[in-house]
Amino acid sequence: MTAKHPESWVELRPQGVYVRPADAYVDPVRPVECALVTHGHGDHARPGNHAVLATAETLAIMRARYGEQAGRQLTAASYGARVMVGEVEVSFHPAGHVLGSAQIALAYGGSRIVFSGDYKRVPDPTCRPFEPVPCDVFVTEATFGLPVFRHPDPMAEIGKLLKSVALFPERAHVIGAYGLGKCQRLIALLRQAGYDRPVFLHGALIGLTELYRELGVDLGPIRPATAAAKKEMAGEIVLAPPSAIADRWARRLPDPVVAMASGWMRVRQRARQRGVELPLVISDHADWDELNRTVLDVDAPEVWVTHGREEALIHAIEAGGRRGRALSLVGFEEDAVE
Amino acid sequence: MKAFAALIERLAFMPSRNGKLRLMADYFRQTPDPDRGWGLAALADGVDMPGVKAGLIRGLAMDRVDPALFAWSYDYVGDLAETVALIWPERVEKAETPRLSRVVHGLRAAGRSGAAPLVEHWLDGLTASERLALLKLITGGLRVGVSARLAKTALAQTADIAVDEVEEIWHGLEPPYSDLFAWLEGRAEKPAIDERAVFRPLMLSHPLEQAVRESLDIDAYRAEWKWDGIRVQVAARGGKRRLFSRTGEDISGAFPDIVEAKDFEGVLDGELLVATDGRVESFNRLQQRLNRKRVTQRMLAEHPAWIRLYDILHDGEADVRGLDLDTRRARLEAWYARWRPARMDLSPQLAFAGWDDLERLRGETEGGAIEGLMLKRGDSTYVAGRPKGPWFKWKRGPLTLDCVLMYAQRGHGKRSSFYSDFTFGAWRPDGEAGREELVPVGKAYFGFTDQELAQLDKWVRAHTVERFGPVRAVKPELVFEVAFDSVARSTRHKSGVAMRFPRIGRIRWDKPAVEADRLETLEAMIRD
Repeated sequence: MTAKHPESWVELRPQGVYVRPADAYVDPVRPVECALVTHGHGDHARPGNHAVLATAETLAIMRARYGEQAGRQLTAASYGARVMVGEVEVSFHPAGHVLGSAQIALAYGGSRIVFSGDYKRVPDPTCRPFEPVPCDVFVTEATFGLPVFRHPDPMAEIGKLLKSVALFPERAHVIGAYGLGKCQRLIALLRQAGYDRPVFLHGALIGLTELYRELGVDLGPIRPATAAAKKEMAGEIVLAPPSAIADRWARRLPDPVVAMASGWMRVRQRARQRGVELPLVISDHADWDELNRTVLDVDAPEVWVTHGREEALIHAIEAGGRRGRALSLVGFEEDAVE
Repeated sequence: MKAFAALIERLAFMPSRNGKLRLMADYFRQTPDPDRGWGLAALADGVDMPGVKAGLIRGLAMDRVDPALFAWSYDYVGDLAETVALIWPERVEKAETPRLSRVVHGLRAAGRSGAAPLVEHWLDGLTASERLALLKLITGGLRVGVSARLAKTALAQTADIAVDEVEEIWHGLEPPYSDLFAWLEGRAEKPAIDERAVFRPLMLSHPLEQAVRESLDIDAYRAEWKWDGIRVQVAARGGKRRLFSRTGEDISGAFPDIVEAKDFEGVLDGELLVATDGRVESFNRLQQRLNRKRVTQRMLAEHPAWIRLYDILHDGEADVRGLDLDTRRARLEAWYARWRPARMDLSPQLAFAGWDDLERLRGETEGGAIEGLMLKRGDSTYVAGRPKGPWFKWKRGPLTLDCVLMYAQRGHGKRSSFYSDFTFGAWRPDGEAGREELVPVGKAYFGFTDQELAQLDKWVRAHTVERFGPVRAVKPELVFEVAFDSVARSTRHKSGVAMRFPRIGRIRWDKPAVEADRLETLEAMIRD
C-alpha cells in the first residue's frame, strides 16, 4: 500500500490547519471543538476551544492567561508519548522555544508530518532542547528566514548589558521583553552570567514568571519594579513588555537606558524604529542557520514554510534538493511574538 | 577591532550627548595605543582608505552568497555595508581578530589590488558587529552622530582639561596621536607642534540679558554688527593656509575661493558670508556652500564666499591675543591696509552715544544679513572659551508667528516617553471657495519648560486623531507662538518656506486655532 501523503489529509481552513482523520486543528486561530496546541504564545494558543491537547506546562500557561476560557476539556500530553486522536497517532516533542513548547508529530496512513510550531536550537536554561523528529513533511516557521539573521551567542549579549550597567551606574536599564519565555530566559541568562542582584519586573510580567517558578525553573530573587523608590532603581535591571519601555510607565525609572531583547535587533533600522538605546540580539526563534540545519536534521523530502519570510527559505530548501512550499496561514502576525 | 566595534555599535544608538561622551571616554581609557588613536581619528576626521570602494565589498559578498538570497536581504536591510556584515557566512574555525591599527596599516600598504583579499580574510575573523564597524570604517562614514568636536571633548574629559587645550594643538598632530595620549595621561610633555596654520580656540560671547544690561558700563564697550553667517578662523603662515569652523574643523576643502585668495601672514577671526563685491547675500545662499567636501565651479560662481574680519589673533608671526581689543583693532586695520586680501573686508565699529543709539542700531537690518549687535569691551584680551563679561551678543528680537499644532513625535533619550517634537502649520486657502487648510511650516522641539512638556504630552495623547508609528496627528486646536530668526523660500517643503531656528515661544492655550496666522503672513517676512 502506498503511503497517504499528508497533503491528502491536512488542509487549510479559516480556523487554521485542519487534520481531517483526527477532526482536530493545530494552533487554531478561531475557537474549535478540538485543538492541538504547540505552545502558550497568544498567536498559537487562543481561548475558547472545547478540547485542548497540549503539554502540561502549556496548559498551565493557558489557564494562567485565559482562566475558564482556556478550554472545557484540557488533556496533558507528555513529551514522546503517543496518543490517538481519531485515527491519527499524535506525539509531542520538545521545540526549545519556551517552557512547555512542543512540536506536534502526526502519523496517519503510513506517513508522518511534524508541525514544529516556533522553535530554536540554542540551549535555553528555561526549557527542554529541540529534538529532531524524522518525518515525511516538516512544517517550519520562518520568522528569521533571511540569511542576515544570525543570532549571536546570547551570553555575549548579556555581557554587553552588564558592561552597560557598570558604565552607567546612575541609570536604570529597562529591557523590553515578551512576557512568556523571553522574560524568564533573560533572568536565567543573567543568573548564568553570575548576576545575583534582584531583577525587577513590570507588573504584567510577574504572573508568568511566578508560574515558571512553580513549574520548577529557578530564577533567583525577583521584585516588582513598583516596589522601590525612583532613585533606588539606579543601577538596577528592569524587565517590561516592549510596549512599556519607552512610554509613560518608564518615567518612574531614573534616566532609563532603553534596551530591547529580540532577534529583530540584529538590523539597525529595526532597532532604531523602536527607539532603543541598547539593542540585545536574543531570540527564541531559530535563526537562518538553525532553520537550514533543522531541515537537514529532520531530513524530510518536503518542507512547508509558515509565517515569516517564506520565499528565501523555500529558495534555500529547493537548492538543497527538497520540495519547499509556502503554507499561508491566516492570523499569524508577520513579526511573530518575539 | 573588538573595542572599536563595541563603541561604534553603542554610539549608533546612544541619543544623549553625555552618554556619547561617556562611551568614548571609556574607550580612550581602556584601549591601548596605537589602536585608540586610530579610533579617535576615525571618529574625528575619518581615516582615508585609498582603494576601498563599495563595489569591492559587494563583490566579496557575491562570491560567498547566493545572489537571490543577497538581493532579498539587501532589500530588507537597506544598507549595503550592513547587509554584507550580517550575511557574511561565519566559519566555525575563526581567523584571528585584527587590531584596528593593523587594519589601517594593512589597507594602506595593500593599495587597490591587495585590498580585496585582505578585507575578505578579516571578515572571516570577525563577528557581525565587528564586520559592520570594519566596513563602515574602510568605506568612510561611521554615521554614529559624533562630531570631531565631541570626540575631542571626550578625550579632554579623560584628562579633566578643557577641550580647547586639545583644539589648540590638534591640527599640528597626526594619527594615531600617541604623543597626545601620553601628554593627557601625564606621561609626557605637551606635544610640540608646527605652529603654522593650527587652530586657535575662539573667544565666544554671552547673550545680553536685561539684568546684565542695567549694570553694564556701556562706555567701555565697542559695538559691531552681528553678521548672519558662519564664524570662522583664517590661518595663514609660512605658506600654509587653512580655514577653520568655530569648533576647529578644517573646512578649507569647501572654500577653495577663500583659501586660494590668502596671500598674507596671520590668523584672523571673522564671519564667513556669501557676498558679491562686499554685498552680503542671505544665509540661505551660504547654506548651499556648507557641509560639502567638494564644490563645483558653478557653485563658486553663484555663491562666492567672503569673509568679514573683526579680530586678529596673530599679526604675521606675533601672537597678539594678549593685547586689548582696541590695540588689536588698530593692528587689524593696519594689517588689512598692508595686505589688502581679496574676498575680505573689515566689519566696521559702530559709533554710538548710549543705549538709545544702540537700541536703534539693533533694530536695523541689511538685507537680512545682520542678526543684531555685538558689544565687546575695549580692554578685553582674546581669551579662549566663553568668559563672562567682556563680550556680549545682543540679537534683534525674533520673528514670531502663531501656528497650529498638527503632529507630535516622541523624543529621544530622556524624552523618549514624551511627545516632544512638534510640527505646526499655518492656514492657507485649500482651493475650494472660502475654505482654509493647514500646511506644515516648521518643526520645533524646544522653547518650553519640563512642566509645559508634561502638559503638552498629555494634550497630545488626549487629542490624537491618527497614529503613524512614533508620530501622532492631533486635532488642529492648539496654537503655538513660534519664534524664529528668519524665513527663506524652500523647494523642499510643501509650504514653500523654511524657518530658521524655530522654537516654541509661548503656548497659547487661550487662542482659538482659527485665529492663528496665515501662510501669506509668513511669506511676507521673507527677505531675499
